[in-house]
Amino acid sequence: MRFTQRGRRVLIPLAFAGVAGLALTGCTGDIAAQDKEDVDCAPYEEYGTFENESVSIAGTIVDTEADLMTKTWQDFAACTGIEVNYQGSQEFETQIAVQAKAGNAPDIGIVPQPGLFNTLAEGGYLKPASQAVEDHVDEFWSEDWKTYGTYDGEFYAAPLMASVKGYIWYSPSEFEEKGYEIPTTLDELKELSETIAAEGDHKPWCAGMESGEASGWPGTDWIEDFVIRQAGPDVYDQWVEHEIPFNDPAIVKAFDSAGEYLKNPDMVNGGLGDVSTIISTAFGDAGLPILDGECSLHHQASFYEGFWPEGTKVAADGDVYAFLMPPTSADAGQAVTGGGELVVAFTESDAVEAVRAYLSSDTWANKRVSLGGVISANSGLDPENAGSDILKDSVEILQNPDTVFRFDGSDLMPSAVGASSFWTGIIEWLNGKSSEDVTDTIESSWPSS
Amino acid sequence: MTTADLIGKIIQLVGGLAIFAAVIGILLLLLGRAPRRGKTVWQILGFLAPAMILLTVGLIYPAIRTTLLSFTNRNGEWNGVDNFIWMFTQPTILQTLLNTVLWVILVPTISTAVGLAYAVFIDKSRGEKVYKALVFMPMAISFVGASVIWKFVYDYRAGDRDQIGLLNQIVVWFGGDPVQWLQSSPINTFLLIIVMIWIQTGFAMVVLSAAIKAIPADQLEAAELDGTNAWQRFRNVTLPGIRGSLVVVVTTITIATLKVFDIVRTMTAGNFGSSVVANEMYTQAFRANEPGRGSALALVLFIMVLPIVVYNVRVLRQQREIR
Amino acid sequence: MSTTPTTAAVTTPGKAGKDGFDQGPSKRVRRRLTSRTASAFALIIAVIWTIPTFGLFVSSFRPAELLQSTGWWTIFQNPGFTLDNYQEVLLSASASSPQLGAYFVNSLAIAIPGTIFPIILGAMAAYVFAWIRFRGSNWLFIFVFALQIVPLQMALLPLLQLTVQLLKPIQGVIHDIIPMIPEQSYLSIWVAHTIFGLPLVIFLLHNFISEIPGDVIEAARVDGANHAQIFFRIVIPLAMPALASVAIFQFLWVWNDLLVALIFSGGTQDVAPLTQRLAELTGTRGQDWQRLTASAFVSLIVPLIVFFSLQRYFVRGLLAGSTKG
Repeated sequence: MRFTQRGRRVLIPLAFAGVAGLALTGCTGDIAAQDKEDVDCAPYEEYGTFENESVSIAGTIVDTEADLMTKTWQDFAACTGIEVNYQGSQEFETQIAVQAKAGNAPDIGIVPQPGLFNTLAEGGYLKPASQAVEDHVDEFWSEDWKTYGTYDGEFYAAPLMASVKGYIWYSPSEFEEKGYEIPTTLDELKELSETIAAEGDHKPWCAGMESGEASGWPGTDWIEDFVIRQAGPDVYDQWVEHEIPFNDPAIVKAFDSAGEYLKNPDMVNGGLGDVSTIISTAFGDAGLPILDGECSLHHQASFYEGFWPEGTKVAADGDVYAFLMPPTSADAGQAVTGGGELVVAFTESDAVEAVRAYLSSDTWANKRVSLGGVISANSGLDPENAGSDILKDSVEILQNPDTVFRFDGSDLMPSAVGASSFWTGIIEWLNGKSSEDVTDTIESSWPSS
Repeated sequence: MTTADLIGKIIQLVGGLAIFAAVIGILLLLLGRAPRRGKTVWQILGFLAPAMILLTVGLIYPAIRTTLLSFTNRNGEWNGVDNFIWMFTQPTILQTLLNTVLWVILVPTISTAVGLAYAVFIDKSRGEKVYKALVFMPMAISFVGASVIWKFVYDYRAGDRDQIGLLNQIVVWFGGDPVQWLQSSPINTFLLIIVMIWIQTGFAMVVLSAAIKAIPADQLEAAELDGTNAWQRFRNVTLPGIRGSLVVVVTTITIATLKVFDIVRTMTAGNFGSSVVANEMYTQAFRANEPGRGSALALVLFIMVLPIVVYNVRVLRQQREIR
Repeated sequence: MSTTPTTAAVTTPGKAGKDGFDQGPSKRVRRRLTSRTASAFALIIAVIWTIPTFGLFVSSFRPAELLQSTGWWTIFQNPGFTLDNYQEVLLSASASSPQLGAYFVNSLAIAIPGTIFPIILGAMAAYVFAWIRFRGSNWLFIFVFALQIVPLQMALLPLLQLTVQLLKPIQGVIHDIIPMIPEQSYLSIWVAHTIFGLPLVIFLLHNFISEIPGDVIEAARVDGANHAQIFFRIVIPLAMPALASVAIFQFLWVWNDLLVALIFSGGTQDVAPLTQRLAELTGTRGQDWQRLTASAFVSLIVPLIVFFSLQRYFVRGLLAGSTKG
């Protein structure tokens, strides 16, 4: 028939494109499997051995961080016989809800937000954690952390990694040169900022909130840091649980306090322009003027370490370092906000639970943290394994029994607020709307049920 | 990827195509042998059934489900027209509706006009292929890729720092002050519309160029011998000849414009008063976990496409009468 | 474009050649002028349309620091040439994400059937709508074309539920018979792309197929051909340029798609397309966005090859074959 003849003419260019593509990218490579003989299997004995089992994991972690994570279970896989397949995707948060509803989810999901965890648990898609997982969590994590993996009295998910928010980045050499002291209270922070502003050669703070569809989130960290320090953890909990309205005076006060920096033309935006540039500056670029001496202070979580250009020394005696945003008074205990992941299971099997138990163990935490770049709130973690000074500092903060830890509030709120109106509210607020108007708008967007 | 994987993939690809060809071949063979009585009916059914079954499963059922969802709250309970009341009482959503109307008016008209002019001007000229490829290229870039390209163009650097965005650099060359383009409403909406026009012009150009070439050469020659100028020939011969394709192009671009959300999402995330209905729908349904509100917005999109549907019905009727 | 009104207004082919030659010289001059303005206009559009892409192209060879501090047009004042961006995009491989080649194969294996299936099924439906009269055919056609507006995101969940119930068992059986094919095969992604592409394909092809001269089809029918024969012997060859153009658009759509592949791939590397890998390369927090510049061009190559290969079909004109047949 003529169809085939014509069809082939369409196929030829397509096939040509395929060959060109293959030639372009080099060919395929066979990746050798880890050999069991080379591995010390003693730490993995408690998880048992399996035949022909494979477990799929999905999460938001991609690229090099995903590679490091994959390394952590190579030995585990070789010893237990469980093949672990990880698939990272930045659309994970959208994807997982759809897949869970359709019954097509991976075995394990690494969920970066308690809010999403609650949605999934509420929908009945998650499997409760096994005793082994729960034992690990009771042993290695604080009660605060366990609650984030619990829904309706049932424990579902162990935490994985953690990050500490509320760091303020600065240049140690500038501080030494000009005789600035690291502030120990919020008032001292204010005084320091005013001193730097008064000296006049540059604005003290630099900030940037542009982050694609998530623009505005760095601002939510500012607000949360003020709420937990000024109003305390109890009000913080009530706020994220919506037991007090979003436009409660305590929250408005936090907006106003943050506004004294972010909306004050004397304070921002060092090296970047005026107040209006905050919303157009990519959050990743915002701290960089510190290196040029055009800005002194930048508020961002511990992960910002990875954003400094290559060759920047991040240490107390280096080019840049960070201190935690101080409490209201020096003798008040430290309250920090932070983030982390929860490991949930969508299918029930011994192999899946063995993987989950391993991921919640101190063995895993030490192994992953030794590879660098991240930390965990696992108390079995040796701070010396942390890859840098700032991470070591974070581990110590998390492991300190006096530290009050709260999850990033916007991650806890329903996504209609935490991943939507809170972000846009910050943008509008920086664009000139008053704290009252913005909190009213966000309050009205809180889901009614 | 191991060699075995690669072979598996090739088997899948070739096997999939072969099975598809076999199924279609057998179907048509059977249709040719269909009983004489009711043969036309069988043939209509056989030709339409594969597409219609797939559409029913994949689009009609979801459309009905979306319609029902739009009357429910986030827990799936019936809540009447609450979602619609919410929509028309939120100033941001009203702004969104207004923006969408702007998009739908500007994108199809401008990209069709530019695409048509371009297709006419390069017709039979030297280097036509290259010309076509240049304007077609934006089509081949994904929406997200295009957004990255234009984010570069609209980039803003404050004060006396070097601009890395071309648009601001041009402003600076002419002695102006750089502007935060994407943050300034309402100009940001127009700048986003430009991105969509940039992409869709290639589509209009390719389709219209093919239509122009289909106009019989003797008609144009005859008109030329009559002493008409280029503009008259264009108006009296070319334009009527490509009317069908024009309707198709405008309709397709309009629908694509109504549905587009990647551009808005990547470039401004719908902030600064630049959101459109499709983006808001995505935000509500997937970010805010409010499928009811998202569905209600989707329903608004259905309704916005109705005028285009009605217009196409009329064109179709006219075509049938002519034939 | 300037218009000089002339006396001859509306023309019909029948009136041709009446007093054509005495306008000869002036006409030639005018034609040259308009074609000059036309060429200039076309050139301007081409340049404007290309500059943004060109800027990105230049940027893709610049080191990340220069990219962020100076404009690409200052490349001569701030020279700096690197292939790092391309190297990272093309060659970086790891345990969590294999080499780009694997994704390339996946993308092709998704896009080729994802283009051919809807084109063939769509052409069959478009032929019926254009050439077979039956009660309600107009309305059915309008309905199908209106389905274009159903937002993809809203259709994903119900369709995925159905594929999990209906296609997953089939995929399991195929995996049992041929173990080389993973359980998570391309099947569900092909089906999804076919469905989402059909309304537009039917709409576009209907327009082209209905413009095939009626007497050609009538003649075949008189000769005793049935619809299947007419479809393959007359409609498909005559509509080839149209099929090629529509195929390009469908191919582009499938090639550049990320969402459908992500949702229907069930999160395994066996079927993940290039777009997924490229999205990953920007890093968990989007910090490595300079790689986007290079990846945009890597993903552009195949669509451009397809465009150039199929271009010859539609530069000839839609109905070029009709005079022969």
